[in-house]
Amino acid sequence: MERAEEHGHIVPYQTFIKVWLLLLFLTALLVFVSTVFHEALSVAALLTLTPLKAGLVFFYFMHLKYEKPFLKSMVLVALATLTLFIGLIFIDLSFR
Amino acid sequence: MSSIPAMPHPVHKDREGAKLGMWLFLFTEILLFGGLFLLYSAYRAKYPLDFHTGGQHLNTFIGVANTVILLTSSLTVAIAITAIQKGNRKLTMLCLSATIGFAALFLVNKYVEWSEEIRRGIYPNGPALLKLPDGEKIFYGLYYSMTGLHGLHVLAGIVVLSVMLKFVHSNRITSSDFTKLENAGLYWHLVDVIWIFLLPLLYLAA
Amino acid sequence: MTSAAHVAAVPAAPSFLEAGGRRGILAWILSTDHKRIGILYLATMVTMFLMAMVLGVLMRIEQLTVDPPLFSASTYNAFFTVHGVIMIFMFVLPGASAVFGNFCLPIMIGARDVAFPRLNLMSWYFFVTGALLALTSLFTGNGPPDAGWTFYVPFSLRSGTNILLGAFAAFVLGFSSILTGINFITTVHRMRAPGMSWLRMPLFIWALYATAWVQVLATPIIGITFLLLIAERTFGIGVFDPAKGGDPILFQHLFWIYSHPAVYIMILPAMGAVTEIIPTFAHRSIFGYKAIAYSSMGIAILGSLVWGHHMFTSGMSDSANLMFSLFTFLVAVPSAIKVFNWTATLYKGSIELKAPMLFALTFVFLFCIGGLTGLIQGALNVNVHLHDTYWIVGHFHYVMFGGTGMGFFAALLYWFPKMFGKMYNETAAKIAWIPIFIGFNMLYGGMLVLGYMGMPRRYYTHLPQFHTGHVIASIGGFIMATGLILFFANLFVALFKGKKAEANPWGGVTLEWQVPSPPPLENFEEIPVITHGPYRFNPEGAK
Repeated sequence: MERAEEHGHIVPYQTFIKVWLLLLFLTALLVFVSTVFHEALSVAALLTLTPLKAGLVFFYFMHLKYEKPFLKSMVLVALATLTLFIGLIFIDLSFR
Repeated sequence: MSSIPAMPHPVHKDREGAKLGMWLFLFTEILLFGGLFLLYSAYRAKYPLDFHTGGQHLNTFIGVANTVILLTSSLTVAIAITAIQKGNRKLTMLCLSATIGFAALFLVNKYVEWSEEIRRGIYPNGPALLKLPDGEKIFYGLYYSMTGLHGLHVLAGIVVLSVMLKFVHSNRITSSDFTKLENAGLYWHLVDVIWIFLLPLLYLAA
Repeated sequence: MTSAAHVAAVPAAPSFLEAGGRRGILAWILSTDHKRIGILYLATMVTMFLMAMVLGVLMRIEQLTVDPPLFSASTYNAFFTVHGVIMIFMFVLPGASAVFGNFCLPIMIGARDVAFPRLNLMSWYFFVTGALLALTSLFTGNGPPDAGWTFYVPFSLRSGTNILLGAFAAFVLGFSSILTGINFITTVHRMRAPGMSWLRMPLFIWALYATAWVQVLATPIIGITFLLLIAERTFGIGVFDPAKGGDPILFQHLFWIYSHPAVYIMILPAMGAVTEIIPTFAHRSIFGYKAIAYSSMGIAILGSLVWGHHMFTSGMSDSANLMFSLFTFLVAVPSAIKVFNWTATLYKGSIELKAPMLFALTFVFLFCIGGLTGLIQGALNVNVHLHDTYWIVGHFHYVMFGGTGMGFFAALLYWFPKMFGKMYNETAAKIAWIPIFIGFNMLYGGMLVLGYMGMPRRYYTHLPQFHTGHVIASIGGFIMATGLILFFANLFVALFKGKKAEANPWGGVTLEWQVPSPPPLENFEEIPVITHGPYRFNPEGAK
């Protein structure tokens, strides 16, 4: 068996360390925005920075960037399902 | 009928299949916690001020510290996998041990955090909790459910990673057969992702 | 593709029932062979079905004895709760998927087993554990749970009965479902024989695949719901309790987000089995392969968006009511597409009305009635009148029993010779059909009428104006139960005294009919290479 196939795609240590540093930075940013600024901006930060952090973990730590498209679509399906459930419930809750 | 032994066939190791199976399991975890996130969004919309107050009374320092701990543990388990791919068994075991150590530290922090809240009477059916307004009661109900369920998953992760550490040590996981470790890593990263969401929802709600 | 002639020429490997190193019961409960696991599910599921059937009979006896009623109100509450919990979680949900999916899926795609055989056995262990927990709840503590299988709060928080055990049993059973789903998705993606593209898979496999996705994505929601219910009862966490600011409607939302897709977990495999049976006994290819394949996925997707139709009268917003009603009407479309395609398959076919075909056609008929009644109650204004009446009970028995149940029986009659290598008495099976069909329609058709007249469900007794309807329904129930006993007795006897079955007693064309009955342990001597679609009938009933 080919060496590459045997060991799979190898992500360099450097990549992981860079992603980790970025995650720490984003966390700091998130905490800063939440504690210093008012409600609306804090929620906006939550809704953008948090999925971004999660995305970094998915794509690099969990290797999703290097996986086949069908696996990426499956992840999307799972997340879309949850989003749909929450969304549809809010059609009830928002209009009561 | 003449007895003929069952035809032998090569025991296939389907690495991609095992990984697919693991991802499917992770989807179930996403939906499991998803139910809690759903409840959280519903109740936050209903009790915005109470959730704000509740968030203020949580120990933000421990929350952020635990976030850093888990993010770093994700780093160490990822490094462990690259290490085994490169045949560096020592580094693999070192990083796996570090991951387990961080996970344990997370749980210790949790214990300290919860002890303080329980001492103050803020726990399900606790005296101080029952005096709080409804929205705050719900907030703490969700706080304990979400961090509790997450904590159980951290504990399970410690067990799984320890078993993986043992397997690396006994050469059941090698540089050409490390799917188990990869999959254990995937699980651990998801535990981290869930916490990435829990931090702002609970601790930064203020 | 390996021909039957080639299979006969080589000395046969022993069947899976004879192969393997272990003896007796251990050969079964420690086996990771998908065929044995399928049979294990069959045995345990039929046992649970018969127990729940007894509870059903007791309910019908209660409604005959009005003054005074034979059982107390609280006993009756326990009856319908446990009847529902067992039937739903231990019979219809695992259903055709756990039995025939496990047995046939690998063979039909040309594989030797599923992707994760040990996980498969663990699925069955979870099933048995959940079943034992549910049975324990009948006999311990303050008695069986009485909050209905729906466990609505706040009553399920307040009731002193074994709610916790019941909820925990259902939680454990969820794992069984999830693991099967994970296994089947991976198997279909990774283990199809060379040449078997997605559009060359038998339609039963498409059905199982769509079902598996629902099992994986929807089941965790009921998992967390029951977990929270347990936490509330145990620790007083209070996310649903209105006394602590909780919203009981949120419980209903979470409950039905799973429990509605759950009914598609139940019906899709049964539809898939029927989609295999009809072409075989019409001796022609299925009409509209792609339409059926895609409509299976369509049902899975659309079916996840309609859950609110169980809650029209609960206090949801008008916007939500409208949206859920609309989606409910939409989800009928892919189901209707299947009915049209099954019917079109019969057209110009050479129809042989053997026992499996009889039950498969019965499925189509009863499912249509169930589906149409579903549309009626999906209309908001009508729902106000029909909700929580016997109409609903009639409706879901038409779809779940007339649908999934009959589909399950059809599949059992179809694949029995393959699974056990024995043939049952076909005439007896057809004779059993008569009381089953007549009794079924008396019982559940009677319920539709009773409900329309206003009889509420989950009431241990009734007003005098409903009595005639109840008598008819109960008599129908007893007739049907007799038929069911005949049905199972016939099969049970065949296990021991049945004539030896050939590899292909029905003239089927999918892969499972190319291997011996019962199949050898490894299914195939050589993995076949697939060169065409699954429904090629030669020469008369050509596509």
